[in-house]
Amino acid sequence: MMHPLAGGAPKPARYAKLLLRPFGLAWILMISGAATVQAAPEALARVDPPTADHSQFEPLQQDFASGREVTRACLECHTEAGKQVRASIHWRWEYRHPQTGQLLGKQHVVNSFCNNVTTNLGRCTACHAGYGWDGPDFDFSDDSRVDCLVCHDTTGTYEKAPKRGGRVLQEPVKVHGHPLQPPDLGKVARNVGPTSSETCGSCHFFGGGGNGSKHGDLDTSLLDPPPGLDVHMSDAGAGLECSDCHVERAHQIAGSRYQVTARDRKGTGAPGQRRYAATCASCHGLEPHALGSDPAALYQGAKLNAHVDRIACQTCHIPAMARGGVATKIWWDWSQAGRLDADGNPIKRHDADGNLTYWTRWGEIEWGKDLVPDYRWFDGTMRYTLPDQTIDSSQPVPINRFAGHHDDPDARIWPFKMMRGKQPYDPVKDQLVYMQLFGKTEQAYWQGLEWQPAIASAMEAAGLPFSGEVGFTETRMAWPITHMVAPAEDALACGECHARDGRMAELTGFYLPGRDSEPALDRWAQLALAAALLAIGVHSGLRILFHRRRRHAE
Amino acid sequence: MTRTVVMFTGLERLWHWSQALLIILLLMTGFEVHGSYRLLGFGAAATLHVLAALALIVVWVFAIFWHLATGEWRQYRPTTRGLAAVVRFYLYGMFRGESHPFNPRPKRKHNPLQAASYLLFGVVISPLLWITGLLYLGIDLWSAPADLPLAPIALIHVAAAYGAALFLLVHGYMITTGRTPTAHLKTMITGREEIEEAAQREQQPERG
Repeated sequence: MMHPLAGGAPKPARYAKLLLRPFGLAWILMISGAATVQAAPEALARVDPPTADHSQFEPLQQDFASGREVTRACLECHTEAGKQVRASIHWRWEYRHPQTGQLLGKQHVVNSFCNNVTTNLGRCTACHAGYGWDGPDFDFSDDSRVDCLVCHDTTGTYEKAPKRGGRVLQEPVKVHGHPLQPPDLGKVARNVGPTSSETCGSCHFFGGGGNGSKHGDLDTSLLDPPPGLDVHMSDAGAGLECSDCHVERAHQIAGSRYQVTARDRKGTGAPGQRRYAATCASCHGLEPHALGSDPAALYQGAKLNAHVDRIACQTCHIPAMARGGVATKIWWDWSQAGRLDADGNPIKRHDADGNLTYWTRWGEIEWGKDLVPDYRWFDGTMRYTLPDQTIDSSQPVPINRFAGHHDDPDARIWPFKMMRGKQPYDPVKDQLVYMQLFGKTEQAYWQGLEWQPAIASAMEAAGLPFSGEVGFTETRMAWPITHMVAPAEDALACGECHARDGRMAELTGFYLPGRDSEPALDRWAQLALAAALLAIGVHSGLRILFHRRRRHAE
Repeated sequence: MTRTVVMFTGLERLWHWSQALLIILLLMTGFEVHGSYRLLGFGAAATLHVLAALALIVVWVFAIFWHLATGEWRQYRPTTRGLAAVVRFYLYGMFRGESHPFNPRPKRKHNPLQAASYLLFGVVISPLLWITGLLYLGIDLWSAPADLPLAPIALIHVAAAYGAALFLLVHGYMITTGRTPTAHLKTMITGREEIEEAAQREQQPERG
């Protein structure tokens, strides 16, 4: 076996299993094994060669019985790694917003997918970078509970159990007909390496209930993307991994959806400076468009660079969402959940692509591919509607919201996936609620199919008041789009936005050439032109008429 | 008696036609940028518009220098003398087959109505376009002048452009009102025009 950093198997073979598997299994299935390995010189050049070969390390020459044993072995050398991970959002699922003071993170927010983590821990935390978080008594201070392998596996054989709080899969299981093998932890441990799109994607591609469900710009199509889908991650493009942009410092990963750098004013930084930022500008600088040599190209480059202060790179360079063939959820109506067929059995319906459009446990789902994003002024600061806030259920409730305006120099126009749906709320207190979906008790909605106990149990666990009444309110949740960057030649043409009914049609408060006008000016001016044309017509007509008359007279 | 004179020198004709082509190009691309129709695509239209505008500015700089250096700017000095007769001609006399009351000659090439409309174009419409156009370009490319809102500048630019379009339309028609429908056009191409010597003396307005 060659060194795991040296490139790995050709992607299609390596990920065939991953790509083939149906949606819903996503989070449990990881990458299939790397059988053949070939060194691509470019791949070698891309990766900083390591100074250590883990396969030679004494503490790793054993068969590990559990993930925690592996972690203890890792910590023998990487003495600070546990502490570092435990300080990260990957561990705490908790984030105190520096601007708004809101306590966010998966532990606290409500989203418009499976709503909340509270009381659904064992299932949600199958994607936690730790072992055994299946209840409120989880020990966040225990280094040995950190899961090193889920991020640092390079074999593609590491599997976490689907419903056991992030623990390693212990025995072979079949999930929806697909066999899963428990990993050889010794082999996985001896082959650890840097993170990859496979390890990051093993969780982040599958949020919201399956492949591509949540984000609209993150799904398994990014494992081996053609350049047209993602010019950075394609092997035929830059061949980057997630961590090339999401740079890391002491296990803190750059990039946040709670505090987005909506406008990066620093660019690449000083020569040699390593910036802790996941922004486009941190690599491409603040004047990313080349000034061509001829006057037209010079003007166009300068003009595009002059857009950088107002338009996020993503707006033009991600022309559509979910472009890789994997659909994303755009509507989730929980109020339709709970229906049974005539025989009292759960109902499951799929669309032509195999995506669930109705499930008794979920309600109604709509999916979309190749979607045009919504565009908004965005200052980067996400505020969430938490269950202790009062909502106005007479209109769609913003699960998250943000400010941004033409006159705010830190705001730019960003693309968003606007997730819409209906979810439960407390119509007496006018508040969003947590709900218990998962669990082996009758209170869990997926067991009892009753909302009242499912919400009462979750609200009690969270220590929040609940009136006992359940209603459904329409909600929307904004997901900033930043992945699936297309090659330059596929960027939006100017006329996509600079047009009367273009992509910026909904944005107001500024003058957009090609879109805006003063209707009265156009009307009067065109009237004047029409009058002049009419006068010319009459005048030339009279000239011809009198000319003929004179000729007759002669 | 008529004689043939050089009414427009080669330089004047080069100026006129290069300006004409650039203005037509600017109007076509400009109204596409304004969103009035789709022809080349916004990006191509905007690029051509800017390049044509820069070229026109160069032409203008030369033309202004030429007008000042040669004193030809006097051709556009407004006068009401003979204006009524010209207006009457276009509204009435022309249909009766009367000859034009104004006889052009190299020292005063334009009839009073013509001179007034060229003056309007030269000192009102064009400078408005030029100034607002440069501001339009500068606001985004160099963020200068700072904090100037684009909307009023764009609207003045568009309004002046409508004025230019109106001028071009009427100008294009007036070309056909010579002795023959193509006489003026021929003069503007060849530079030569037949003028009536006797009438010239009769009609010559006093200088001043």
